[in-house]
Amino acid sequence: MSTPYQIVVCGSIVPDPLQTLEPAAGPAGPALKNEMMLPAVLDPWAWHALFEAAHLAKGAPGSKVWLVSIAPKAKLQQVMMIVAQKAPFELVAVDGPSSGFTEAAEAAAILADAIKAIPGLDMKKLLVFGGWESASRGAGATMQIVGERLGVTDQFQGVDKLTVAGDGSMEILERIEGGKHQVSKCAGPPAVFGWATGNLPEPPNNPQTGMMNMRTIMPSLQRAKPAKLGAEGVKFVSVTQPSQRRDTQIVKDTPPDEVAKQIVAWITGG
Amino acid sequence: METILVLAHTETDGSLAKPALEALGAAKSLGGTLIIGLVGENVQAAAHRIAGCGAAKFLAVSGADFTQARYATDAAAAEAIAKTAGASIIVAPATSRWNRVLSGVAHRLGGRADTHVTAISAAAGAISINRWYYRQRMEAVIQRAQRPWVIALDPGCCEAWQGDAGTATVENVAVALAEAQKRTTVTGVKAPAADQQTIRPDAPLLLVAGAGWTKKQADGQTHVPEAEKLILGFLKLTQASLGGSKSLVDLGGEGQAVLSFMTHLHQIGQTGSTPRHQKGLSTCCHGEEPHTVGWRFVNERRAISLDPNCGWARGKADVLYVADAFAVMAKVNEQLAAKKSA
Repeated sequence: MSTPYQIVVCGSIVPDPLQTLEPAAGPAGPALKNEMMLPAVLDPWAWHALFEAAHLAKGAPGSKVWLVSIAPKAKLQQVMMIVAQKAPFELVAVDGPSSGFTEAAEAAAILADAIKAIPGLDMKKLLVFGGWESASRGAGATMQIVGERLGVTDQFQGVDKLTVAGDGSMEILERIEGGKHQVSKCAGPPAVFGWATGNLPEPPNNPQTGMMNMRTIMPSLQRAKPAKLGAEGVKFVSVTQPSQRRDTQIVKDTPPDEVAKQIVAWITGG
Repeated sequence: METILVLAHTETDGSLAKPALEALGAAKSLGGTLIIGLVGENVQAAAHRIAGCGAAKFLAVSGADFTQARYATDAAAAEAIAKTAGASIIVAPATSRWNRVLSGVAHRLGGRADTHVTAISAAAGAISINRWYYRQRMEAVIQRAQRPWVIALDPGCCEAWQGDAGTATVENVAVALAEAQKRTTVTGVKAPAADQQTIRPDAPLLLVAGAGWTKKQADGQTHVPEAEKLILGFLKLTQASLGGSKSLVDLGGEGQAVLSFMTHLHQIGQTGSTPRHQKGLSTCCHGEEPHTVGWRFVNERRAISLDPNCGWARGKADVLYVADAFAVMAKVNEQLAAKKSA
C-alpha cells in the first residue's frame, strides 16, 4: 500500500511572460511599471511543481495537495480561475506583494509560517514542492530557506523526475551541469523539491475540479492575512533594462547557397 | 575591512573546476583578508593548486561523506567552514552543487545570499554585485547591510584566477554527521552517451531549433527525420551546443511529431536556461521575448526564419536570414564538410 503524502506547493504569481517589463521606482524600492495592471500567471516552474504534486497525490490514495501563495489577493484570485481547473488542491493564500525585488529570505519566513499553520501537518508525510527558481526574483533561494525553517535537510533542486519505489524511498533526478542529471535516493519524507520542468504535460482544464477547488479558494482569499514582505538591508543602486537592441540586418531574396556561405564564414571566422 | 571566504568544492578527481577559480579571481579583486574553504573527499591537491593566491588560511571539510553533492552534508560542511572563518563575505561558484545549498547555509549563518551574480566590485568601502531580475529582463546593482553575505557567482562571468601552485597547509574543520544527514544517497549521474550529448556549455556556438522544424513545409508534409539529420549533422560538424524553444520542447508532451534528441534540458528562455556562448544561430524560431530572454548572454546572434517580421527582426539578432532553414542548413552542412575535408 502506498504512503499518503501531504504535499505543499509554494508558488506565487508573475507577470505573463509575453508582457514587456520596465522597472520603475516605487515608494519601497524598485517595482515594475504598471505592475498591478499587468496580466499575471502562476510562476512557470511552480506550475510544473503543482502538476507533479497532483500526479504524485493521485498515485498515493489519501494524499492531499496545498498551494501556498504570497500575492496580492485580487490578482491571485484572477490567476486561480485558471489554475483551479488543472489539479485538485487547497489554497493557502497570504496577501502580500509578488514583486521580484523582495527578499527570498523574507518570503521564505512567511511561507514556512503558513505551512506550519496548516491543520494536521505531519512531518512524516510532508513533501514541500516549488519551482527551483521563480520567473521574478530568479534566485533559487526561497525553497532552501523554507526547508531550513521547517527543519528539512533532504533537499533537491532542479528536479525533473521523482519516482517512488515500493519501499517508500524516492529516486530523484536533479539537473546538473552539461545537460546531465544527478540521481539520488532519499529514504522518504520530509523533503524539499525545487522543480525544473519535470516530465508532465500541462493537464487539460477540468471544470469539475475547478468548481471543487473554488469552494476552498474563495474562503482562503477572504481570510488571507496581510504579510510584510520587502527587501530589508538591501540597497538597490540601480535597476536598468539592458540596452541590447541590435541594428538587425535583414537578408532576403538570397539563394540558400549564398546564405549558407555567409553563415559558414561567420561560424568559422573566415 | 571585510574578511572574504572563497568557498569551493572539489571535483570527483580532486581538482578545482574553472568556476571555482573564477570565484577566487573575483574575490581577490575585492581586497580584504582572504580565506579559502574547500569541501570534498580529498582537497589537498586543490589547495596546492591555488597555494599562491595569497590566502591567509586554508580551511577544509573532507572525507568520504563529502564526496557526494548532497544537501545535508554539503550544508553542514559549508556552515562549519564559514563559522570557523568568521567571514563577512562568502564568494562561491554558482555550480549546481553550491546552488543547492548556499541559501540554506546563509540562513543558518544569520546572513543573506545573493545568487546568479554576474559581477562583483568594491568601491569607496562598499561591495556591490550585479544580478538580473525577471529572467534577464532587467539588471540591478545591489549593496547589502547584512553579514555574512553569501555571493554565488555565475560561471563564465569573471576571469579565472591564474597563479602559481605551491604547498598549502590545510586546516581541517571537524563536522560530526548524524545518520539523519545521510538519508539521501547520490547513486550516480544520468547522461546521454558521449557521442549523443548535444548540450555543450563550453562550445563557442549555440544552435537553437524552433518548432518550425516539425511543422508542415511547402509540400504540405512534415519532414522531421530530415530535420533531425540536418541538425545532428550540423552539430557533428561544428561541435556546437543545441538549444530548443519551449514550443518545440513541449510538442512531445502534446503528442505531436518531435525531434527525438530534444528534451526540456535543451530549453532556452523564460523557463529554460540562459547559456553563455560567443555565437548563436537560431533556426525555425520566431524569436519572441520569452524565448530570447535566454539569449541575453549570447554575444553574436544570427537567425534563419521565413517570417521577415519575426521577433529576431526587431532588434534581437544581428542578422536575420529570411529563408527556408531546411535548404540553408543543407547547404551549410555541405560547405562545412567540404571545408573540413579540404
